[in-house]
Amino acid sequence: MPRVGLSGQHREAADGAASLDIEASTIRELLAILVQRYPRMQRHLDEGLAVSINGEIYRDNRDMVIPETAEVFLLPRIQGG
Amino acid sequence: MAHDTSYTDQDFKIVGSRPPRPDGIDKVTGRARYGADVSAPGQLVGRVLRSPHAHAKIRKIDTSRAQKLKGVKAVITSKDLPDLTEGNRGNYDILENCMAREHALYDGHAVAAVAAVDEQTARKALKLIKVDYKVLPHVTDVDAAMQDDAPVVQPHIQHDGKPSNICNVSQFGHGDVEAGFAQADVIVEKTYKTEQTHQGYIEPHACLASVGPDGQGELWVTTQGHFTVRNLCASLLGMDIAKLKVTSSEIGGGFGGKTHIWTEPLALALSRKANLPVKLVMSREDVFKGSGPTCSTSMDIKIGAKKDGTVTAASATLRYHAGPHPGPWGMLGGMTAWACYDFENVQSIAYDVLVNRPKVAAYRAPSAPMAAFGVESTMDLVAEAIGMDPVDFRIKNAAKEGTRASYGPTYGPIGIGPTLEAVKNHPHMRARLGKNQGRGMACGFWFNFGGQTCTDLNIGVDGSVNLTVGTVDVGGARASMSLIAAEELGIPYDQVKCNVGDTASLGHNDTTEGSRGTFSSGMATIFAARNAIEEMKARAAKTWEIDIEDIEWRDGAAHAMGMQHSNLAPLSLAEIAGASPGTGGPIAGHNEVVADGAGVSFASHICDVEVDPETGATRVIRYTVVQDAGKAIHPDYVEGQFQGGAAQGIGWALNEEYVYGEDGCLQNPSFLDYRIPVCSDLPFIDTEILEIPNPNHPYGIRGVGETSIVPPLAAIGNAVSSAVGVRLDHTPMSPPRVLKAIKEKQAGG
Amino acid sequence: MSAVQVSTTVNGDAIDFVCQPTETLLDVLRNRLGLIGSKEGCGTGDCGACSVTVDGQLVCSCLVLGAEAEGRKIGTVEGLADGDKLHPLQKQFIDNAALQCGVCTPGFLVAAKALLDRNPNPTEQEIRYALAGNLCRCTGYDKIVRAVNAAARDVRKQQARKKR
Repeated sequence: MPRVGLSGQHREAADGAASLDIEASTIRELLAILVQRYPRMQRHLDEGLAVSINGEIYRDNRDMVIPETAEVFLLPRIQGG
Repeated sequence: MAHDTSYTDQDFKIVGSRPPRPDGIDKVTGRARYGADVSAPGQLVGRVLRSPHAHAKIRKIDTSRAQKLKGVKAVITSKDLPDLTEGNRGNYDILENCMAREHALYDGHAVAAVAAVDEQTARKALKLIKVDYKVLPHVTDVDAAMQDDAPVVQPHIQHDGKPSNICNVSQFGHGDVEAGFAQADVIVEKTYKTEQTHQGYIEPHACLASVGPDGQGELWVTTQGHFTVRNLCASLLGMDIAKLKVTSSEIGGGFGGKTHIWTEPLALALSRKANLPVKLVMSREDVFKGSGPTCSTSMDIKIGAKKDGTVTAASATLRYHAGPHPGPWGMLGGMTAWACYDFENVQSIAYDVLVNRPKVAAYRAPSAPMAAFGVESTMDLVAEAIGMDPVDFRIKNAAKEGTRASYGPTYGPIGIGPTLEAVKNHPHMRARLGKNQGRGMACGFWFNFGGQTCTDLNIGVDGSVNLTVGTVDVGGARASMSLIAAEELGIPYDQVKCNVGDTASLGHNDTTEGSRGTFSSGMATIFAARNAIEEMKARAAKTWEIDIEDIEWRDGAAHAMGMQHSNLAPLSLAEIAGASPGTGGPIAGHNEVVADGAGVSFASHICDVEVDPETGATRVIRYTVVQDAGKAIHPDYVEGQFQGGAAQGIGWALNEEYVYGEDGCLQNPSFLDYRIPVCSDLPFIDTEILEIPNPNHPYGIRGVGETSIVPPLAAIGNAVSSAVGVRLDHTPMSPPRVLKAIKEKQAGG
Repeated sequence: MSAVQVSTTVNGDAIDFVCQPTETLLDVLRNRLGLIGSKEGCGTGDCGACSVTVDGQLVCSCLVLGAEAEGRKIGTVEGLADGDKLHPLQKQFIDNAALQCGVCTPGFLVAAKALLDRNPNPTEQEIRYALAGNLCRCTGYDKIVRAVNAAARDVRKQQARKKR
């Protein structure tokens, strides 16, 4: 089961959890479960979220498959110049 | 369709060469058309009235006299831009920034606009608009804005249960910093400040809008993202996205400042009201006051280390101003601050703070240069305190593959270590320094990202290729895209013509920001070309009446494989294209992709300066940029990005700043008083491109454009501090500040 | 205010135009003559994007009135090339990748030509000071200085050939 790391405001929305075990095979599933478990996460989803899987940051690709043993990290959506 | 985006380590035939750019002739002969260079029959001139107050309630706007002036065709206020945002606070903030509603929130905030038959009439009309302001207390300093008794910029923003200017608090890091500091032999703690700067693109914002009573419209605009402009303008004005065609002009610099909308909805609203085209061009003063500069900051940086150079803990408290609306800027500072290093215990706490200054927009690797100024200055102080060479100290602590980044994830293959090794071995490090001269170096990080991309590739019957991309070309990208298409198709560079398509001709493309242009459009171009190759193989199969599986594409031609087909001479792209009307019609390749997996990028810069102890003036005498670019598609333009970012960073470090008066008004909204580096200020800027392939791109491309602005503030700070023997902690390190530091040091003995 | 009629020479061609007495030469070039190569970056003479020559003298056309063009010879970026033959500066700017966004390029070309016309063998420092009135935000000036240096070499070669 992938372990999902959180920081900052995401941690706050998840009742202070630094990491969560979430049974999800894609980013879409992961986010759906997160919001279901922690409704306050919806605001961050609306503002923009990115998901890092094994160090690679995915901003948009919700179909991305999360390998069973992957390191997953929730990040704010990044803006650039 | 999903594509395999993995790096394949192929041998390139033309990628990596330096052909002339396809838009070169137009740009050296004056033919290229930028935002202000297009006109429409019967067009009006648009002008914007801006608030002269930093913070005020708008009690009433009387436009009647302006409307009666002969030649005035439309006058608009916020009443002409009703709130259609349906509770989307982000969009409401954009609407409010484009045109003030109940409150003017900064000096220069738009409050009304006119369209008239000519410039003179438009100016006259602005003078006839009477705005009844009730001036309110203001705050422009980030630290002052965080005080409990500070004027509140947006009463709906709450912090700790009461109205506050603190709009976001973000925390990143891992480990236990308190325990880490307890293990340190040396702890250095210091506070830094950086002043607000502007992207300083030479071309002011400009657009030509035309909207008819049927709700259809066109917009010609200088922007980094015409699809974003279209979606936002359509949404704010209640238009259908498909009925607003946005064409991106040639863009005269953006650097993040042209990723948003400013006067575009006003031009569209004016045109809609007048039922005539409206051209609206910002003055330079408008650009300084009414576009989107970057933040000023104040930071506390603390690093603890053992005598052997191991950092035991690091923490940063960052305060970034956001302008009158919330933004992610402090958060980005918090994420990037420690990204170069492998620290066991690390933390950053970042505050986004509202002030009465223009809305902050992205500026090249937004928020990273300021945090790097604090972090990299402190790294030098720690190195000095433990008696270690600053480069060796950084090498010892540099992040590497497998390091857990301070912002969370674990790194794949990255380039910070190699850039530091390159710096250590660079001849620049051995160049002799003279009197009053000093050397500094610093590191920098930026994420890079990809995003939504859509590309078309159409092959003409003569075998020439039209490549249409939807990412705006800000600095030579059409040359790089042409190289990639030619490489894939196996044809000469000159056979490809790359265009930037308008919003009606392609699917959505994200804005050219986050160093994504070459990464994402490069990826879509590869797949669009491969898509076209599949079609050409099918045509060849039809022509030869053989199986498509027996056909291979190489060197720009279809080759029939196997002994049984040895009598078939290869069919070139031009031959297949020429026959295409009879083999199934036009040949095109297409791709839409969400290009994720952009590789992070790192740079290390070296800088030598000479400081005049009499005046405090600093001259950069040598400068070297070492950066991991991933695969460099067109090295000239990679070097150009390195050099341009470094020059912007040098300006930020030494000269550039927004100066606000007691009245909260900007005192230097011109290029005379906001001084960006000129040719005689700078030396040649040496570059070294490292090519550590991005594993998530077929060609190994990483983003290139932004990282180069991250290290200069600190590299120069370290060099100036070394030259004058006292630590500079406030940018810009302008002559008065340097002189003050020298005098204080002398007074202190 | 009544319009004024002006007779002038632009890039070698005799041109008559009518303009308001308050109109700048830059506005006349861009809006009345369709010569959009000269750009307005500031309108206050600080950025050099509108650089043109008046009787061979380098000026910011945003600081010159259209009416002042009467009887003068105006040179703009559109007049640099000789038919389909690019000026060495234009060629070297492309070959050296001396432009990124390109909006400052016309001003740099006009200013660099004014330099090479009076000094075809400038030092690096002379190039840097001659171009100090032109702002570029993309390149850090590195490739611009190299391009001007290379073009100066080409110009000297051309001049030597003519002398022979």
